[in-house]
Amino acid sequence: MIKAILIFNNHGKPRLSKFYEHYSEDTEQQIIRETFHLVSKRDENVCNFLEGGMLIGGSDNKLIYRHYATLYFVFCVDSSESELGILDLIQVFVETLDKCFENVCELDLIFHVDKAGIAGAPARAVSAVKNMNLPEMPRNINIGDISIKVPNLPSFK
Amino acid sequence: MALKIVKGSIDRMFDKNLQDLVRGIRNHKEDEAKYISTCIDEIKQELKQDNIAVKANAVCKLTYLQMLGYDVSWAAFNIVEVMSSSKFTYKRIGYLAASQCFHESTDVIMLTTNQIRKDLSSPNQYDTGVALTGLSCFVTPDLARDLANDIMTLMSHTKPYIRKKAVLIMYKVFLKYPESLRPAFPRLKEKLEDPDPGVQSAAVNVICELARRNPKNYLSLAPLFFKLMTSSTNNWVLIKIIKLFGALTPLEPRLGKKLIEPLTNLIHSTSAMSLLYECVNTVIAVLISLSSGMPNHSASIQLCVQKLRILIEDSDQNLKYLGLLAMSKILKTHPKSVQSHKDLILQCLDDKDESIRLRALDLLYGMVSKKNLMEIVKKLMLHVDKAEGTTYRDELLTKIIDICSQSNYQYITNFEWYISILVELTRLEGTRHGHLIASQMLDVAIRVKAIRAFAVAQMATLLDNAHLLTGNTQRNGICEVLYAAAWICGEFSEHLENPMQTLEAMLRPKVATLPGHIQAVYVQNAAKLFATVLRSQEGNTEGTAAQETSQLMIDRLPLFVQSANLEVQERASCILQLVKYIQKLQQKDVEVAEEVNALFAGELNPVAPKAQKKVPVPEGLDLDAWINEPPSESESEDEKPKAIFAKEEPKHSRPRHTEVDEKELARRREARKQEQANNPFYIKASPSSQKVYQDAPGVEHIPVVQIDLSVPLKVPGLPMSDQYVKLEEERRQKERAEKKKKEKKKRKEKRSGRGKKHDSGPESEEDITPAHMVDIVTEEMPENALPSDDDDKDPNDPHKALDIDLDKPLADSEKLPVRSHRPTEAPKSPAEDGDTESAAPQEPKKKSSKEKKEKKKDKEKDRKKSKEEKKKKKHKHEEGEDLLGGQPDEPAVQSEETNEVAAPPTSTSAEVSDLDFWLSNAPVPSNSQEAATVAAAAAPVPQEASGTAPDSEPDEPKDTETEETKSSKHKKKKQKKEKEEKEKKKKKKHHHHHHHSDGGGDESVQNGTVEEEEEPLPPMSNYCLLAENSYIKMMMEDADQVCDIQGNLQDGSQVVVSVIFENKCDSFLKSMEFNVLDSLNSKLQRPEGAGPHDGLTVPFQLPPGVSNEARFVFTVQSIVMPQKLKGTLTFIVKNEDSSTHEKLDFKLHFTCTSYLITTPCYSDAFAKLLESGDLKCSSVRLEGVNMPFHHLLARICFHHHFSVVERIDSCASMYSRSIQGHHVCLLVKTADQTVSIDAKCDEPSLLGNVLDEIKQTFSQC
Repeated sequence: MIKAILIFNNHGKPRLSKFYEHYSEDTEQQIIRETFHLVSKRDENVCNFLEGGMLIGGSDNKLIYRHYATLYFVFCVDSSESELGILDLIQVFVETLDKCFENVCELDLIFHVDKAGIAGAPARAVSAVKNMNLPEMPRNINIGDISIKVPNLPSFK
Repeated sequence: MALKIVKGSIDRMFDKNLQDLVRGIRNHKEDEAKYISTCIDEIKQELKQDNIAVKANAVCKLTYLQMLGYDVSWAAFNIVEVMSSSKFTYKRIGYLAASQCFHESTDVIMLTTNQIRKDLSSPNQYDTGVALTGLSCFVTPDLARDLANDIMTLMSHTKPYIRKKAVLIMYKVFLKYPESLRPAFPRLKEKLEDPDPGVQSAAVNVICELARRNPKNYLSLAPLFFKLMTSSTNNWVLIKIIKLFGALTPLEPRLGKKLIEPLTNLIHSTSAMSLLYECVNTVIAVLISLSSGMPNHSASIQLCVQKLRILIEDSDQNLKYLGLLAMSKILKTHPKSVQSHKDLILQCLDDKDESIRLRALDLLYGMVSKKNLMEIVKKLMLHVDKAEGTTYRDELLTKIIDICSQSNYQYITNFEWYISILVELTRLEGTRHGHLIASQMLDVAIRVKAIRAFAVAQMATLLDNAHLLTGNTQRNGICEVLYAAAWICGEFSEHLENPMQTLEAMLRPKVATLPGHIQAVYVQNAAKLFATVLRSQEGNTEGTAAQETSQLMIDRLPLFVQSANLEVQERASCILQLVKYIQKLQQKDVEVAEEVNALFAGELNPVAPKAQKKVPVPEGLDLDAWINEPPSESESEDEKPKAIFAKEEPKHSRPRHTEVDEKELARRREARKQEQANNPFYIKASPSSQKVYQDAPGVEHIPVVQIDLSVPLKVPGLPMSDQYVKLEEERRQKERAEKKKKEKKKRKEKRSGRGKKHDSGPESEEDITPAHMVDIVTEEMPENALPSDDDDKDPNDPHKALDIDLDKPLADSEKLPVRSHRPTEAPKSPAEDGDTESAAPQEPKKKSSKEKKEKKKDKEKDRKKSKEEKKKKKHKHEEGEDLLGGQPDEPAVQSEETNEVAAPPTSTSAEVSDLDFWLSNAPVPSNSQEAATVAAAAAPVPQEASGTAPDSEPDEPKDTETEETKSSKHKKKKQKKEKEEKEKKKKKKHHHHHHHSDGGGDESVQNGTVEEEEEPLPPMSNYCLLAENSYIKMMMEDADQVCDIQGNLQDGSQVVVSVIFENKCDSFLKSMEFNVLDSLNSKLQRPEGAGPHDGLTVPFQLPPGVSNEARFVFTVQSIVMPQKLKGTLTFIVKNEDSSTHEKLDFKLHFTCTSYLITTPCYSDAFAKLLESGDLKCSSVRLEGVNMPFHHLLARICFHHHFSVVERIDSCASMYSRSIQGHHVCLLVKTADQTVSIDAKCDEPSLLGNVLDEIKQTFSQC
């Protein structure tokens, strides 16, 4: 199951966060900071898995992330998820965001974030695939300054 | 008023919206916190306004702030307000905010129950959707309990969008309200076969998630999942299922066997890496579960390892990582197959990616051997030097130590090498694992006696260079090593070259900066050293040297006496006083060395944790004897055993001690000495070999000043481990030479008649003998420490509560709470309820035990025919019982207004035996969807086949009752037969609701059945005559395939007939063709393009003794009359040498009640229906019915698919509906064995027929 989804920029500023377990606001921020530190140290061409998200749950959990331009998409999942599956999921998610905000740019986003558009497509794409309450996530209105260029990634592996 | 509104909207223009807030925050980078706090103030103002738009905007902003880490729980009530807005845009904002910041302890949640319920039942699917998604984030036990039923209803919503969400959220509901699991599970299971792939995968996800935590409860779903696995093409779903199987296989090894083949096929065929990887993972899990006793799976292991190698060699780092991860799983059970890929793994150690290196390290642990240990560790040491991050370096360090020390230093052949490795490791900066190194040093020095001299020399150097380790006191991790160094030097001081120098080193003022516990060890061991020094000095020089040493102690110790650490202080002052006293004695020229040494006399030996237990009981001590005689009544009993023990005890212990100790030990000692003498590399107490390394420059030459902390420290004078690698190589070569010599010797010895007892020992087992023996008992667990499985289970784990047996039939009490103002409707009469409930727990047991018996019987080779027949009969009985009472009914929720949620569980034992059966079938046809079905039906034993196969379970349309009638009156066979058919049909029909796997329901017509015991029917007898040994059996049941009753009438005219073909002869039956003469009313559905008289090919062949099931669809125009259809089955009987064409005639019979469907009805609706006046009336009287009223009702319900609407005393109203929507109402009254049934229906002929059939049912009993 997915435990949390974090999106933050290259400076560790949270752009979207969704925790599927309850934490206090402070803990959440700490988790984001810690995750950022873990993730940002890593090179571009290393693998996308990290073990031991310290704050989120036990050793069962993994961090799986992708880095697009200025944003990190980090999923914290437990062992019931397929690692490669989640990577694809992130890709699907980002592609959907890209579709929602054609030719995404920061300002575009800021002015359209809470439009229903963001709620629909990714929700469906994602929920078809995933467990629990994921559909909620894309509806999150607080994407601050997304500017993503979705690279053409290799197809489904 | 108008003005106010205008004013309000003007105000709004100046309100910040979310975008303004975001922009504002970005513009106030310096004083963000201040800016936000003013914003929050504004938001608070906005929330006070009445305008919902303003509030929604404010809540929207709060959600954003919450994400930034601001507490917004104070606005919880406002969030609820926004949630309850009727406008979707606002509602959405409200739910979003709630999902972000509500949690279980948010108290306003309880206010939301009704709002959420309203939204859930909203006609707008988006309202429902938003409520569901929101709820999933903040569902509480209370909400779960109150809303479980509503959500369950939504699982059957017409929109897949809603169904999907409802299915997913059920998982959260289960977690919070475990009681809901059992009632809801059947519905969930149904969703596994939902037509919408989204819903289907949602259901798979939920069940997988549930099953992962409590796999054993879901074992019975394995066949279903197996079917999904072989049929699904959705990789996401496949991955989940395959992962689930990975969790199930450890519980059921047979499942593993079954899985291997399809999984290997998938591995070969799939192009998706993720799927391939999961398949490999599950195959590994299977192999682990089978690891013992399944030698022939080496091919699968090879396949896995080979595929993993491809992954690891891939340029994609992710695949590489996963490959290594999976490899480590194989390593545990099949180390050999992994070891062959050592090259690859060592290569991964050089990878630039830390995660990959860590994985590779894990693998290394399992790949070392005596031969390659040094090489591998050398490589790791290089990495230690290169490593940048401390975490990775620490990881390396622990791995090196783990690898070396595993299984009691099994792989270490040269401990000098190991000590030098440990010493080299102390050069690590800022490691956290100083303690680990220290304990290794201590362990090795204590346990390997031969290495002590060397170890002491190394430690002395370390102590001398202590300043290098402690240069920066804050890097104190490594200074733990000094603890070990000091202790080793003190304890084994007799091995020291220059004890005086070490003593000085230990008393340096700098030591006082070390942590307290280390200082304490320093002080204590300084005293030990002092003793050693005294002895040597007193021995050879005049007293002054000794006195100088004492003076040194007296000068330096006060530093420690002042220590803040209590331990240090105490020891120091104690020793100081002692030394002062010694000094006094020395001044009097008294020789004190001996006495001082006596303080530390004796050797410290390693003690095994279990040593205490092994202390032998002294002779004459009887631990069982009373010390004081108890004032017992049973004195005589006590004395007897006592006497026995007293005699026997000494005899047991004697031989062990005396004989072994004297002769044998002397002999062994002699032999050992001999062996040691033969081994030139055995390191003896005289430190001749280590002098080589001691030639390095001493302390004086160390340039103390130049400490550059950023540069890795090199302790001069410390031998590099590489030296030892070379030395070890040489040693091994010599050893080999030696061995040859020895062998020659041995031969000589043999000639001289001597035993080879000692020589043949280790050399023959291993090429390399260790240079030192480790003399310790391996660590053991105390005997009474039980391996506790529950250790890792968190008592708060919500999944614990979900450990629920899902196969047990539902109890009446297990219904989801339904809102009270909705009338709850019982689907069946309470009488029947009671009936089924009481029957349920008993029947399955009976059945399973009988089945067991039967299986046993089957094993007996001599199966006489009569026996077989008996058995068969028995089996039929069982089936009948099962149908009658085994399973409570499921009033499938068919109309939206129905709030009924009972469930259709299949009885436990039946399920289990099904599973057993499914699993026991080894051959798995890997082709497509039918795999499971076919496998299930391909039974070894004919009689069992039709009964136990999961899919064909309800196919044997027999029941006790019929059986009895049959056996008693089989003369009237032909007449009876029709009745039977009806009877069975009814029962079967009823059965239909239980079996979702059957894709609807089954109604049975048994026709053309060859009953061995009874006279064959005319058409049958024909057949029997034709082929005496080919004896085919057909069992039919037809099922109304009524998918959706509400308004879906075009589907309602379809009937599905399932036919079991059972081959009873020794020949192979093939090319079976099933054909029916269509009537005007009923037609067999044939594939497009086929003519109206063409037969349908049965899609399988039958080997001898096998049965299988086929289904045929009929379309029925009018359902008001019972139907009879004539048909033929043609087939080819193939013998070894010949094949013949055969034919079998039969009749299909559809009764009217088979068109009825149990439909619950509310009493008010029922009343309306009766009032409407559209219904025609008819009635029937049954005489001499001698059974309790509730039995009567149960029978009608059961056989004729009615449901009880109301029951008052001996009067009841019942309702049913036909597949084409005709209402049938009954009023049943009973008085003195007479039952009168008044019936109303909008179709009089249907009614008449139904009544006739009811009459027949009762006339039979």
